Amino acid sequence: MDAILLQILNGLDKGSAYALIALGLTLIFGTLGVVNFAHGALFMIGAFCAVTVQRLLSFSFVTIDETKTDFLGNPMKVKTPYLESWFGPELGASIIDWSVPIAILFCIPIMLLVGYIMERGLIKHFYKRPHADQILVTFGLAIVLQELIKHYYGANPIPTPAPEAFKGSFDFGVLMGFDPNAIIYPVWRLVYFGFSAVIIAAVFAFLQFTTFGMVVRAGMADRETVGLLGINIDKRFTIMFGIAAAVAGLAGVMYAPINSPNYHMGMDFLVLSFVVVVVGGMGSLPGAVLAGFLLGALESFSSMNEVKALLPGIDQIIIYVVAIVILLARPRGLMGRKGVMEE
Amino acid sequence: MNILEVKNINKRFGGLQALDNVNLNVVENTVHAIIGPNGAGKSTLLNVLVGKLIPDTGSVMFDGQSVLGRAPYEINQMGISRVFQTPEIFGDLSVLENMMIPCFAKRDGSFELNAMPPISGQKDIIERAEHMLEDMNMADKRHMHAAAMSRGDKRRLEIGMCLSQEPRLLLLDEPTAGMARADTNNTIDLLKQIKEERDITIAIIEHDMHVVFSLAERITVLAQGTPLVEDTPENIKGHPKVREAYLGETAV
Amino acid sequence: MFNMEKRDKKLLIIIAVLALLAPFALNPFPTDSAMAQFNAGYPDLMQRFVIFGIFAIGFNILFGLTGYLSFGHAAFLGVGSYSAVWMFKLLSMNVVPAIFLSVIVAGLFSLVVGYISLRRSGIYFSILTLALAEMSFRLAYSVLTPITNGETGLQVYTNDPQILMGPDSPTVTHLFGLEMRSSYTLDIAGWSFDFAVGYYLSAIIMVAAFYLSIRIFRSPFGLMLRAVKSNQQRMNYTGLNTRPYALAAFVISGMYAGLAGGLLASMDPLAGAERMQWTASGEVVLMTILGGAGTLIGPIVGAGFIKYFENIFSKINNSVLHEWFGFLPDGLENGVIWVLEHFVGSGWHLTLGLLFMLIVTFLPGGLVEGGQRIAKRLRRKGADDDDAPGNKTPAE
Repeated sequence: MDAILLQILNGLDKGSAYALIALGLTLIFGTLGVVNFAHGALFMIGAFCAVTVQRLLSFSFVTIDETKTDFLGNPMKVKTPYLESWFGPELGASIIDWSVPIAILFCIPIMLLVGYIMERGLIKHFYKRPHADQILVTFGLAIVLQELIKHYYGANPIPTPAPEAFKGSFDFGVLMGFDPNAIIYPVWRLVYFGFSAVIIAAVFAFLQFTTFGMVVRAGMADRETVGLLGINIDKRFTIMFGIAAAVAGLAGVMYAPINSPNYHMGMDFLVLSFVVVVVGGMGSLPGAVLAGFLLGALESFSSMNEVKALLPGIDQIIIYVVAIVILLARPRGLMGRKGVMEE
Repeated sequence: MNILEVKNINKRFGGLQALDNVNLNVVENTVHAIIGPNGAGKSTLLNVLVGKLIPDTGSVMFDGQSVLGRAPYEINQMGISRVFQTPEIFGDLSVLENMMIPCFAKRDGSFELNAMPPISGQKDIIERAEHMLEDMNMADKRHMHAAAMSRGDKRRLEIGMCLSQEPRLLLLDEPTAGMARADTNNTIDLLKQIKEERDITIAIIEHDMHVVFSLAERITVLAQGTPLVEDTPENIKGHPKVREAYLGETAV
Repeated sequence: MFNMEKRDKKLLIIIAVLALLAPFALNPFPTDSAMAQFNAGYPDLMQRFVIFGIFAIGFNILFGLTGYLSFGHAAFLGVGSYSAVWMFKLLSMNVVPAIFLSVIVAGLFSLVVGYISLRRSGIYFSILTLALAEMSFRLAYSVLTPITNGETGLQVYTNDPQILMGPDSPTVTHLFGLEMRSSYTLDIAGWSFDFAVGYYLSAIIMVAAFYLSIRIFRSPFGLMLRAVKSNQQRMNYTGLNTRPYALAAFVISGMYAGLAGGLLASMDPLAGAERMQWTASGEVVLMTILGGAGTLIGPIVGAGFIKYFENIFSKINNSVLHEWFGFLPDGLENGVIWVLEHFVGSGWHLTLGLLFMLIVTFLPGGLVEGGQRIAKRLRRKGADDDDAPGNKTPAE
């Protein structure tokens, strides 16, 4: 029992990432009718925002400490981050320590801008083109973004630690009356889950309670009619694209400590996020969230040794198997509406 | 003899009773029009006939065989061809190629893996398609891209494609919707000519009373999913119930 | 002969002659000249041209004709490679049974995948193929290790059964004794030309595959596939069942992919799971689109183009760039090189991605369409009366 619970918890962080990316994907599907294969790249850019902020904050100058020598016997070079010299060693160090949360502030405008440029510069011209063309051009864009990141940040994963305060583990077992250490869970993952929940809630609230959101939802249901009402939905859809990009970026920033950012993380998550969107039902926001958590939990559940002993290799393919079964049995996905991307 | 017998068809969409106990008989070699105001269930009925929708209850017999539960392509192979409201043709292909496809379907059935012999060697098919294009007065357009034609020509091509299959029953879904008067009259003439030259039953769903009264031998009036009355055009024109339900405002 | 129209016959002959003379045509520069780095006439690269040509020709039968965009075709290529290597392990190093089995197995596998994924169309179809291929890729890495040898990749070991191996059979891949890697080098005054058995076997098979694809394009079946792309609704209401048509196209293209995989393994008896990854499927999509989907020659052009520039671009590094732009003033030189170095060497994929975006955006018909446009403009300049209207048949 505790083992199962642990696995479900383990699925939460991955599930959160899936849910956040899938949420953006399905928003773009639903509003703009565009299949965006570059959405994974946005997630990746988010993660690299964290890397960049961390690097910027720990930007250092070099001094020579005459009192110490390095292993060659030369005077030791000491790197001191500018922040530490400006704000004093303690405050400076803790600002650097908190670079991932700080990156969130930095990431939002960047992602909005990236989303805006992408939509106005490229996607806009593909609204009326066949889905195959949309897939292909965004696939090309994903390659370009990925290669640019690779060019500037290298091919190796870059460790980007979470703040010291969140580094430990949280003992769930004790809380729920199991033995100590039965269910321990890294604190940052818990933070990630909470953060995702907040973002998801914010997106839903935004769509539910603002006029803007109302128009967007109406546009998702019937684009032409809303257009006829004289409402400029194109402009709203641009903003929507920016928001979707920001959500993917935020998912990426916060994921950096969980999985060291590398240039192909976008592609890795993209395929799975697409599967999540399809399972949830194209154009359905609650479906995307539900399917994200469901598949995340299933994936980690199937990586339990007991399950693997029963069905070897199941952890590798469970998501795909579920997706195929659902697509064949319920073509519209778990919560898909009639008539969305069906022809 | 009835070629099409529709018995006690009911179809519900959520709270809406789209078809309410519909009975309809179409006599062989006649032109039968189905008219009715918007939302009367005309399109739903048509979709039931061609296999796109499955009714909740009832039966549809075509030439003594049930069509229910069969896929559209099977129903077509039984001898029912459908002309759509907006012409459905193969826009990416040439006019001649458009015409060849139903000829292949007629000759080879619903699937034939004919992957090696070149099309240019299929003399019977080409001859048949060319012949049909001449019948439709479109022989000069044979190499045109089908999508580049005018709407009237697309309609003509679509009707020709349906006829080349030699169907027993031709279903037309508002064939003149959105057409200019001249095109409408051309279509009426074309359908009249088809009726004269071929042994064919035509069922037509139409909004335009001019078209209906020019062509139909029998008329069924549908209102709120149920047939109001079925009679000859002369009697329909004078029928008080029909006037009230439908013709009141839009009478010719 | 061949039961083809004149135009198609001409195309086939051109391709056959080009394939035959490729060792000359692709080595236009003397061996020790500065331009020699642009030569592509060595067997290894030429084999890749024709083998990926086969892959793309097959993919085009599905995507170009029916419009179904599969993102999983690399799985069939991978399965083909595995089957071929298994033939080497079990029977002997003769490539005939290997290639034969790779086509059969890939055909059967694509029948299963196609049967499942073709129950949906459009974007759902793409995602289903993607999911199924990704699943096979993961399985190949994990549970199926006894068959695929996991991350190491499948290869031939000396203790393999190889029941048809005679005492003096070759221990490298061969065609009835003719070793794949053996080649004849012709040196003419500074030029050097390689004629390799492996290349010619692949080239002959590619020409045959191309011939077959012409026949399919011009057949009633090909017409039906184009009709599937154009209007499925009309197909259904014309008494035609679209699914078996699409499935047949899917299986044929899967068999082409298997053939390509079998040939890859025949040139180098090794098969790894990375050949099945979805980015590899993306590559064949790229080739087909870049050359021109739905055209006969497009996929070959696209495959050749991508493989050639991949090879050339990857070889260019900073020092080469400095050599080229050394004549510029220093500041400008550094600027130019700073820009260019993004695109060459390991930056090749960036170039590819950009190229792909440009092609999809501005030239959806690919390089073939681009060529046709240029040719048309030139012709119009040459003689105005030559322009016969209404005589356009789709799919050159």
